Amino acid sequence: MRKRSFLALGLLLFARSVAPNSANVEGGAGRSESGRLIADARPADDTIGTYGGRLVVPLRSEPKTLNPVLAADNYSRDVIWRTMGDLIHINRFTQQTESALALSWQVSRDGRRYTLQLRPDLKFSDGHAADADDVIFSFEVYLDAKVNSPQRDLLVVGGKPIEVRKIDAHTVEFDLSQPYGAGERIFDSIAILPRHLLEPGYRAGKFSEMWGVNARPIQIAGLGPFKLKEFVLGQRVVLEKNPYYWKQDRSGNTLPYLSEIIFVFIPSADSEVLRFQSGDVDLETRLNAQNFSLLGEKGAQLVDGGSSLEYSFLCFNQNDLRGRSLPEVSQRQEWFAQKNFRQAVSLAIDRQALVRLVYKNRAEALWGNVTPGIKLWRDAALPAPARSLDKARELLRAAGFRISTSSDGTPVLYDSHNQPVNFTLATSSSNAERVKMAALIQADLQELGMRVQVVPLEFRALLDRVFQTYDYDACLMSLASGDADPTADINVWRSNGAQHLWHLGESKPASTWESEVDVLLDQQLITTDTAERRRVYNRVQEIIAENAPVVFLVSPHMLAAAKPGLGNFRPAVMEPPTLWNADVLYWKK
Amino acid sequence: MNAKIKIGVAIALLGCHLFILFPGFFAPYNPIEQNRDFPYRPPELPRLRDAAGNWHVRPFIYAATGDDAGTPARQAAVPIHFFVSGARYQIAGSLHSRYHLFGTENGARVFLLGTDELGRDQLSRLLYGARISLFAGILATALSLAIGLAVGTFAGYYGGVAGAAVVRVADFFIALPWIYLLLAVRAFLPLRLGAGWSFAVIVIVLGFIGWARQARIVRSVVLAARERGFVRAARGFGASDFYLLRRHVVPQTFGVLLTQATILIPQYVIAETTLSFFGLGMSEPHASIGNLLSALQHYDVLVSYWWMYVPAVVLVPLCLGYSAVASAVHDRFGKAYL
Repeated sequence: MRKRSFLALGLLLFARSVAPNSANVEGGAGRSESGRLIADARPADDTIGTYGGRLVVPLRSEPKTLNPVLAADNYSRDVIWRTMGDLIHINRFTQQTESALALSWQVSRDGRRYTLQLRPDLKFSDGHAADADDVIFSFEVYLDAKVNSPQRDLLVVGGKPIEVRKIDAHTVEFDLSQPYGAGERIFDSIAILPRHLLEPGYRAGKFSEMWGVNARPIQIAGLGPFKLKEFVLGQRVVLEKNPYYWKQDRSGNTLPYLSEIIFVFIPSADSEVLRFQSGDVDLETRLNAQNFSLLGEKGAQLVDGGSSLEYSFLCFNQNDLRGRSLPEVSQRQEWFAQKNFRQAVSLAIDRQALVRLVYKNRAEALWGNVTPGIKLWRDAALPAPARSLDKARELLRAAGFRISTSSDGTPVLYDSHNQPVNFTLATSSSNAERVKMAALIQADLQELGMRVQVVPLEFRALLDRVFQTYDYDACLMSLASGDADPTADINVWRSNGAQHLWHLGESKPASTWESEVDVLLDQQLITTDTAERRRVYNRVQEIIAENAPVVFLVSPHMLAAAKPGLGNFRPAVMEPPTLWNADVLYWKK
Repeated sequence: MNAKIKIGVAIALLGCHLFILFPGFFAPYNPIEQNRDFPYRPPELPRLRDAAGNWHVRPFIYAATGDDAGTPARQAAVPIHFFVSGARYQIAGSLHSRYHLFGTENGARVFLLGTDELGRDQLSRLLYGARISLFAGILATALSLAIGLAVGTFAGYYGGVAGAAVVRVADFFIALPWIYLLLAVRAFLPLRLGAGWSFAVIVIVLGFIGWARQARIVRSVVLAARERGFVRAARGFGASDFYLLRRHVVPQTFGVLLTQATILIPQYVIAETTLSFFGLGMSEPHASIGNLLSALQHYDVLVSYWWMYVPAVVLVPLCLGYSAVASAVHDRFGKAYL
């Protein structure tokens, strides 16, 4: 089964990753009141807003496309998904699914068939009615290999594309070739497209040219709360309220409250903060801890959303280097391949110092592959061993290493061939947090006698070494799960995963534990019982923690800020953290 | 600026170099030692009068302490002693010593210039970092001038197509966008570059970047020199090119070279700063003025921790000092040959 995990390295392009989950026999449903449908699963403290006003939001880079099927980067998605709608949506706050364009859904007992009932009277933002034909068309486009949508893999279950069938104008049936553990999460972020606007171009083979950044607003329509008003290249994107948006607040008022959202392009985090402080922008997402503290002095609404879905780790190069001329790296791989060595490194790292000095206590120390931000799947029983240099030394001695003292009184670690242990630690030079972490780890490992040389590299040069040339010893990186579901990270933990960073391109599992992880991951993919799936995934976490293929370090908090008057500002750890509920954001009068 | 002031500046500059030459003695701590309980500790100056208004003969400080959250808090006064034993350091690469100019005797920390984000003593890092930056500047200057002298003399003395070609190559070098090229080159260099190699790379890079301008200057001096009467007379008496160059032509470039050296050194110190600022120079945990200043790339540091600017402030008198010396050297030697 091909699974996708849109994991972003370093830059944390939180592309959404959907994974099937817990396909219970009966699905959720919206509620009906006074003939209109009301959004459900809203946090209880969403307040009734007032209409009007505009929200100015910084965007680190301008969108590369306005086409939801083709968008692969976060910046494009941040804009596009304010204008689009999906059938079933993952509530970014609760991390659970809720009904969206689909009013209700049913899952067959074998977990392979989903029957979705669309809301009546749906209209695109150009006023054209939306129905099952638009759904069929949308899935046809997403599944078209020629279109090459980054989300296509998601819709290929058990090696076969999902089959979509129209039952009537408001009912659609989806057949999967095998049960899908994450269930209806598969429908999140699959945009329902306006067939009347896109089908002619699609049939003519010009889909990839449609809804580019030069498209006119009149050519674009969606089922989201906003619609495109203006795109000034290099400057801003302006969205305006969609008068046909289907959702209402609990008092029956139509949403959204805001009249406009304006995305302005600001290339650096520090510039964003300056613009926020000067009042030019209203919102700040993905703040670092240092800037977060600064904004605290300015009276902004600050939200520390707790552990995010991002986790940083130290990864040793365990790739197969046969056929590559990297003798020095090969020699060090003898150390990296030893579990004791990796565990000793893990025990020697002072994670609390990383949390305190690098993240100003706005991060969580990490010993496993699931961050505390993934509330539903983290194995709370996972051990969190305290830093212990003595235990680390024991492990190293047991593996044949020897610690001696140099002439200047510092410890030096030697391997069984009497070679001093030294290696390089590469990291992204543009990420201040990671460079700082590397300096701390360097000092920690020096206490074991390991000589670590920190090498900050330009980010693309780092990726090239990690993914292409394998010319590195160890690297310090981050990944961000695209979804709060185990399937989101499957490409990292499966032995043949595209992001199996420490050993890429394994034709078969390199160890018995990796083999076991593969089996368990496949098992959780088709397990529809949540409790059983959790048990299976807990075992995956235990195996990974025990074997330490990478040394987990910290998970930074999701930090965001907004101007004081912004109502219903409730950042979530899933992407997009601050605009996921753009339809209920409002300015307090 | 009159001569006495220039001499005074030159002596001050020399003293500054001696100070930087022995950072281990003047620096109270090892520059890479982390004091994790004291991140961004502000500078603590020695005092003679305590909070109760009592005067002390021996200078003291309120020692840095940290609570569990790493927040510094004041404690009892700790006297500062001179010539104390502390962290071991090397002198001139071979001798070892533990004696430092000042420190405390109870293990309390004195951070005269505060600490950085990892609690490393900024004074110690500044002294060690200035040594790296300054010596990189001096060695790179020597390299630039050596290449510039050789190439410029050749182009100026022999002229012709070869000379013109050399000039065009020099122009090409001057026009290259070096910072961008270096960023690209770093990606292909081996990862395992120790501190010594990093230093060598800085020196070589700076030296090679700067030769072109020197070559053009030397060429112009040589062009004038080779046509001087005594040079032509010597040539008329059958002197060889080598003799003429060694005895009459090259010596005429020395004044210009000396002036250029005093101009180039501060320029290269700043260039090293730029390279390290962009992560192309000394890497963690070693200090240079450039990587000390690179912390200022971050907005929070820029607005919150004023003592992180000190390395930049130190550069100003250093560069002004060299400028004064350059002026004096030019007055003494440069004009004689131009």
